[in-house]
Amino acid sequence: MSEISIRGVMKSYGRNTVIHGVDLTIAAGAFAVILGPSGCGKSTLLRMIAGLEKISKGDIAIDGKVVNKLEPRERGCAMVFQNYALYPHMTVADNIGYALKVAGVSKDERAKRVNEVAKSLALTDYLGRKPSELSGGQRQRVAMGRAMIRQPKVFLYDEPLSNLDAKLRVQMRAEIRKLHNQLGATSVFVTHDQVEAMTLADQIIVMNAGRVEQVGTPSEVYRKPATRFVASFIGAPPMNLLEAKVTGRTEVAIGSRHLMTPHHGLANGQSLIVGVRPEDVSSISGETLNVSFVEELGAQRFVHGTFEGQDFVVQQPPSDSSDKPATVVFSIRPETIHLFDAASGLRIEPVSVTAPAPAFA
Amino acid sequence: MEKRVTFSNYWLAGLFIAPQLFLVFTFFYWPTGQALYWSLTLEPPFGGGNQFVGLQNFMAVFGDAHYWDSVIRSLVFALGTTAISVGFATVLALFADRGLFGHSIFKFAYFLPYAVPAAAVGLAFRFTFTPDAGIFGAVNHIIPGLWDPSRNGGQALFMIMLGQAWKMAGYNFVFLLAGLQSVPRSMIEAAAMDGAGVFRRMRDMQMPMITPTFFFLFVINITDSFVDSFGMIDVMTRGGPSRATELMVYKIYLDGFEAKDYSLAAAQSMLLMLLIMVMTIFQFRYVERRVHYN
Amino acid sequence: MVERTRLFDILTQIVLIIGLVILFTPIYIVFVAASHDFKTVNMIPMPMLPSGHLWENLTKSWQQAGFSHVMITSLIVASGVAIGKVVLSAMSAFSIVYFRYRLRLIFFWLIFITLMLPLEVRIVPTYAVAANALSPVQGVIDFIASYIPQVSIQLPEWNLLNSYEGLILPLIATATGTFLYRQFFLTIPEELAEAAKMDGAGALRFFFDILMPLSKTNMAALATIMFVWAWNQYLWPILIVTDQAHYATAAMQLGKVVPGPSFGEPPVWNTAMAATLITMMPPLVVVILMQRWFVRGLVATEK
Repeated sequence: MSEISIRGVMKSYGRNTVIHGVDLTIAAGAFAVILGPSGCGKSTLLRMIAGLEKISKGDIAIDGKVVNKLEPRERGCAMVFQNYALYPHMTVADNIGYALKVAGVSKDERAKRVNEVAKSLALTDYLGRKPSELSGGQRQRVAMGRAMIRQPKVFLYDEPLSNLDAKLRVQMRAEIRKLHNQLGATSVFVTHDQVEAMTLADQIIVMNAGRVEQVGTPSEVYRKPATRFVASFIGAPPMNLLEAKVTGRTEVAIGSRHLMTPHHGLANGQSLIVGVRPEDVSSISGETLNVSFVEELGAQRFVHGTFEGQDFVVQQPPSDSSDKPATVVFSIRPETIHLFDAASGLRIEPVSVTAPAPAFA
Repeated sequence: MEKRVTFSNYWLAGLFIAPQLFLVFTFFYWPTGQALYWSLTLEPPFGGGNQFVGLQNFMAVFGDAHYWDSVIRSLVFALGTTAISVGFATVLALFADRGLFGHSIFKFAYFLPYAVPAAAVGLAFRFTFTPDAGIFGAVNHIIPGLWDPSRNGGQALFMIMLGQAWKMAGYNFVFLLAGLQSVPRSMIEAAAMDGAGVFRRMRDMQMPMITPTFFFLFVINITDSFVDSFGMIDVMTRGGPSRATELMVYKIYLDGFEAKDYSLAAAQSMLLMLLIMVMTIFQFRYVERRVHYN
Repeated sequence: MVERTRLFDILTQIVLIIGLVILFTPIYIVFVAASHDFKTVNMIPMPMLPSGHLWENLTKSWQQAGFSHVMITSLIVASGVAIGKVVLSAMSAFSIVYFRYRLRLIFFWLIFITLMLPLEVRIVPTYAVAANALSPVQGVIDFIASYIPQVSIQLPEWNLLNSYEGLILPLIATATGTFLYRQFFLTIPEELAEAAKMDGAGALRFFFDILMPLSKTNMAALATIMFVWAWNQYLWPILIVTDQAHYATAAMQLGKVVPGPSFGEPPVWNTAMAATLITMMPPLVVVILMQRWFVRGLVATEK
């Protein structure tokens, strides 16, 4: 079990900075998921932990030991790659056992450990095959086996499920989490898929444009998004974000409509973003949505439209009718409102208002 | 294109590239420098060091009518063989692209001539076209004295051109077919939907799409006609009759190794290298950029 | 193809068969001529059906031109060039692609430029080096030593005339293979190298355990094309080999089986064609057996 601590880490390619100073601690034995859109720097961060990418500035320590200068093999990490990166000319057994071969482990010992790993991953029947003769899920397992065999302190996953079909992805997700619980090593998992992140993580790290936007448990990230970006990234469909102006100490205006907020001491005239999740909208009449289309999902339906000239989505219970209504009435409950500063995008906590909450905990 | 992942033990990198660098230096750069030196100097007849003579050797080359003849002959030879060979291969490739029954065998058989040594091609063609035996000599039975490449320089050059074109046809075919097969099927089908018939499609779709291949083959064929022709000329005509088949490389060989005039041969070598480099750079810089459809 | 009319299919087949006939006629003529006796081969025109003297002509020509010996020389030279290319270019391409050092681009261009100029256009200078292959290195040493007083290092001479090294090394000194490997290495997914690094493999291990096994098809392609190319060399061997008895290659023997065009005496065409047949057989057989690799190599190296 190893704690990973990342201190002031930056990465730049020439003049182009892709990671702008990340501070982060991943607890020993935790399952941390780095979540963000493509190009946000999440894979780069992971690869810096692995030692595949040089660290331009700052330190990464594993188990309290700074590893900046160490080769990948000396860091005690194992990695599962997005496209598995299996050696195409080697059998499954050779693929899994390659790290041991490099390390000079004897042939018998190697065979023994490869068999153990293969057994735990239900790969025993496939040991003699080449990667090209395996299905996607089996390849994925081989990639995991290759990581497991070295009994690493840290498992790194670089979007390992993105090449699998939907059903297999759910299944492998469960297996990865189960494996994590069994092995007890620290896992860092990179993905752009919020469902993967929510279901797998003990700790979610949301990244955007080379910066960490928020670190928290899945429910924290969902319930208290620290920034406008996190609010828009987590949730499906994402949170409604409306431009608003403060019109009183506890009141904001969206277009011509006024809303009460649980926040106090707002500065009059301040520009804000009001966030409301579609699933938090109540069906009690009050406001009116001009409907443009309806997404029917079976268990619920999402009504898309405009409210005060801004895009807005409302979640409704399932309905037998397949009609598209022209308008839908709804109301926004003050306790479900999230407020963000329009300029900085930072969350404004309901209680304290004068000083905006820090970007990340 | 660059690799993101690299290794860092540089002594190994050096060790791995050293043998190749040694060979390239020894057999390429040093000799090229040497040739440049010779082309600018003259060796005194009674020993002693080479004397710097500036561009005198080049002037001698430029003043030599035989040299200009060999240049023009080489160009005629190069353009002629390229036209025959690429034209022939294009027809075959356009039809082979239809992929009918047995075409894989055709494809395989077509490039076999490329594997035949130039000297063997030369002998085969010399025999076929010899006036007093072989096959083509039969025309002399109909019109006596019509065909004799050992006296008629034009006929001799034509005979070598056929040999070279024959040898390169298969090579050209391979590239043209690859070019045609990379034309998206959907585009051909779209043209068919637009009402274009087979020959129209060949002309309007397929030919323009493989223009880059044509330009590439154009340069390769011309270079190759300078290079490969040596073996053929040497076994077929030895540059004769009366210099009619003395192409540039063959003339360098004669001047340098038969007449032992290294300075003159070196000057000609430099000019030939310059010509080929200009052509290759032209292909890389100009043609590749202009004729690309991505 | 879109059109499937019978008529056009037939036309297609006819065109392709005519092409085949044209491309095979010269080889066929060689074969037929090699099977006739001296009298029939000189008939005008020569009968176009083979007759029964093939074996007799082949044996005669084999002895006359000393093929037992030249074939082995050619085999050694062609294999040497093929193996040398495969090994050296893999190494240099690895250095260029998988390392990042300051001289890398310079080295790449130094090697790459050699693609432009075939040996034939620079025979005069290359031949001069052959008398002492270490003279370039000596030249560099002398140049450096001229700035350091009282230092002079004299390397031994390494004469390449009449030697296998002389026949092989200058043919290896071009970029064809390096370029082929470079292109191939660039297509290998980055993750494979990363995975190897994570598995603890260093550069050497990666080269031997991962890169080389993956390059097998490229090696086969390169080796095939280089074997054929080296076998067919004509100009370089006739320059560097003066000791015909020991180092003559098969291709250069063809220059001697028929007297020059202006030397009056009639050529013995049937044995000459037998020699031609013998010489072109090995590259043809290699290409037929290694068909797939040869075409791939041709396209990949762009010669």
